Amino acid sequence: MNIWLLIAMMALVTYLPRYLPMALAGRVRLPAPLGQALDFVPIAVLTAIIAQGALVRGGAVDFSLGNLHALAALAAFGAALLWRRLFVTIAVGLGCFVLLRLLL
Amino acid sequence: MHSRSKNMALGALETLPLVVAAFPFGLVFGALAQGIGLRFAEALGMSAIVFAGASQFIALSLLASAALLPVIVFTVFVVNLRQMLYSANLMHHTGHWPQPLRALLAFWLTDETFAVVTDRLNRHPGEPGLRWFYLGSALFMYCFWQLATVLGYLLGERVPGLANWGLDVAMIVAFIGIVVPALRRRADWACGATAFAAALLTHDWPHQSGLLCASLLAIAVGMWASRVGQA
Repeated sequence: MNIWLLIAMMALVTYLPRYLPMALAGRVRLPAPLGQALDFVPIAVLTAIIAQGALVRGGAVDFSLGNLHALAALAAFGAALLWRRLFVTIAVGLGCFVLLRLLL
Repeated sequence: MHSRSKNMALGALETLPLVVAAFPFGLVFGALAQGIGLRFAEALGMSAIVFAGASQFIALSLLASAALLPVIVFTVFVVNLRQMLYSANLMHHTGHWPQPLRALLAFWLTDETFAVVTDRLNRHPGEPGLRWFYLGSALFMYCFWQLATVLGYLLGERVPGLANWGLDVAMIVAFIGIVVPALRRRADWACGATAFAAALLTHDWPHQSGLLCASLLAIAVGMWASRVGQA
């Protein structure tokens, strides 16, 4: 396969969804319910990514205690609820992950 | 001029924790690209021209499984539909930007920059200088993504198995750090819980379509919950 052709096509199908809505901004008015729906986008999309990233390991959902990604995510969740600081959340989550890897 | 550079610096600063979290992800990308036999220029070219973490990883895994070009391109397109939701979300705030500026800034629309831009819009609605804030965040993210790709590629040649260290966990905890403070109303929690459960139930759907369906369902539940809450 020609990798540069692949890169060019990937760039196109990545760029268009990023640009098209912004290009139309101001020219089309979104109906109010649609605007309201879009307010939920960050929570909906990022939570879906988190769920799969933390709990899907090797193609299957893994709720076991051996799933370090899930344990680190749980620690990060606790830290985020307590302190609400991005840096602290990342530090606690990563620290927990590294510690568990070294211990287990 | 002063507020331009100030806003750009602020955008970069607020993106810093996310850059820290995305960096290992970029390292893994570089190492994986090296591992499946991409040339250095091709790996860096993908990061520089496509600039989308999820798309790049999917392309690599499909390349490794010898998928056909149209299959890879279609999959990348489906995965990027969530960026379309981001772009639509920003429509309110970009309507008065000149078109060339939108065309440029849209190229750098990532999970990370979207997250810090929405965070700023939540905390300081209507504050001027958003475009410079966005640009600062985007350029910072872009430069470090290229750097991570280069380092990952070089490390991949020397450190075997780097791609299997589980460095992707950094991205997950970073997203947790973004989402949790955004959970304010009951409807937000309903939306998040739905996204979580639905993403797990649909994880084996093809082309990551489960991710998109779970998001759409969660948005619907969030809207329904906010209606019920008002009534």
